[in-house]
Amino acid sequence: MDRLIQELPSFLSIWNIIFLLKAMGVTFLLSLIGCLVGFSLGTLLAIFRKTKSALLIPLRILIVIYTEIFRRIPFLVSLLLIFYIFQIGKITDSLFIIAIVTVCLIATAFISEIVRSGLESVSQTQWDAAKAMNFSYYETLKEVIFPQAWKVIFPPAFSFFILFIKDTALASQIGVMELTFAGKVLNNKGFSPILVFGTVLILYFILSFPLDRFGKYMERKYATN
Amino acid sequence: MQQIKISESHAYYGDLHVLNNVSLSIDKGEIISIIGPSGSGKSSLLKLLVGLLLPKSGTISISNKIIDYTNKAHLNYARNKTAIVFQQYNLFENMNVLKNVCIAPYKIQKRNKEEVEEQAIKLLDKVGLKNKLNSYPDELSGGQQQRVAIARALCLNPEILLLDEITSALDPELVKEVLDTIRVLASEGMTMLIVSHEMVFVKELSNKVVFMDEGAIVDFDTPQNIFESPKHFRIADFVSKILK
Repeated sequence: MDRLIQELPSFLSIWNIIFLLKAMGVTFLLSLIGCLVGFSLGTLLAIFRKTKSALLIPLRILIVIYTEIFRRIPFLVSLLLIFYIFQIGKITDSLFIIAIVTVCLIATAFISEIVRSGLESVSQTQWDAAKAMNFSYYETLKEVIFPQAWKVIFPPAFSFFILFIKDTALASQIGVMELTFAGKVLNNKGFSPILVFGTVLILYFILSFPLDRFGKYMERKYATN
Repeated sequence: MQQIKISESHAYYGDLHVLNNVSLSIDKGEIISIIGPSGSGKSSLLKLLVGLLLPKSGTISISNKIIDYTNKAHLNYARNKTAIVFQQYNLFENMNVLKNVCIAPYKIQKRNKEEVEEQAIKLLDKVGLKNKLNSYPDELSGGQQQRVAIARALCLNPEILLLDEITSALDPELVKEVLDTIRVLASEGMTMLIVSHEMVFVKELSNKVVFMDEGAIVDFDTPQNIFESPKHFRIADFVSKILK
């Protein structure tokens, strides 16, 4: 305890604070972009997967293959796979972009599955009633199906997002300077691991708590009558 | 004037042949009841008309237009002329009573919102639910939900009303309130196809009765002939069991 108190002034130097805040910004961006892209593209894929048109069969097969693969590969394996594909293909050297692409691919696959199960939770009779009244596929989704599916979609989607913020720590394995990596660097500089990772823990909490509250708000707003 | 003409139509659910060579003509303003055992194709016949079940062969014309159910414009036409009330009501669970009734006329038929609301309130008044405008389906009894479903169908201003066993999911005391609503509509001259097991009601209201079995129309005749002097053993057997 004495050691922690002794280290505190030098740990809280302006440089360390900026260093940690920058790393927190990277974690925040990885999470935010992953959640936004994952939610948008995941929803779109789930909508395509629910279509019945014969013309879209190849697309539906591709979507199933994509979601089944990316939901089953560990985050770290996906990250390394994308990292080496980008290296071999000389696509980009930016570790941040590689991490972004990976988190988007994973979030899209997971959210697509969550949205698909949400859409399927709404009874076929609701689709039939809308169809019989001349609703188009997209009008049915917008007016009837999604408003009833949100209550099934939001809880697992926001749980996933919160897990996802923590999973972005794995981006440190390819050298992205995110929050966990920054903690390791400060620990290697000699600061107490309890002080360093205790601070990192608080910063992760600061990132995930508002998302949790936002999830609850969305559930209240859209998931009830 | 002939309003519905179905000729030699066949339809399938997967491999199951649910409508077998069905032919039927219905004039404007007629009330036709469809009876028969479970699984005989009664509901499938109604679903065929609104395109929820696609015909494999045969022709169907509605209000003098032959409908190609694979054509979007034709499908829209058929669905504009008809309105169906389902056995399980199928009200939109995310909408209150007023929105359930107004949404299709306003959003899909693109009619004036105030005019639609005025009509919806009148219809809900007619079915005795003017005091439930802001209630959600799960706050209503089965009979009330079914009457909302009838108001919703009528607000589409259909030429043909299709009623699919609308009393079968209701408690006996709720059946009367729904049937009273249908009696009022019948007196106003709307063309109706009614799938029903309420034989007293079928006898009282129908101009003609269709008896179906195994996807086919066995007989199409007046209620008197169907119930009192059935031509087929299958009908006599069914009627004797159901009227016991």
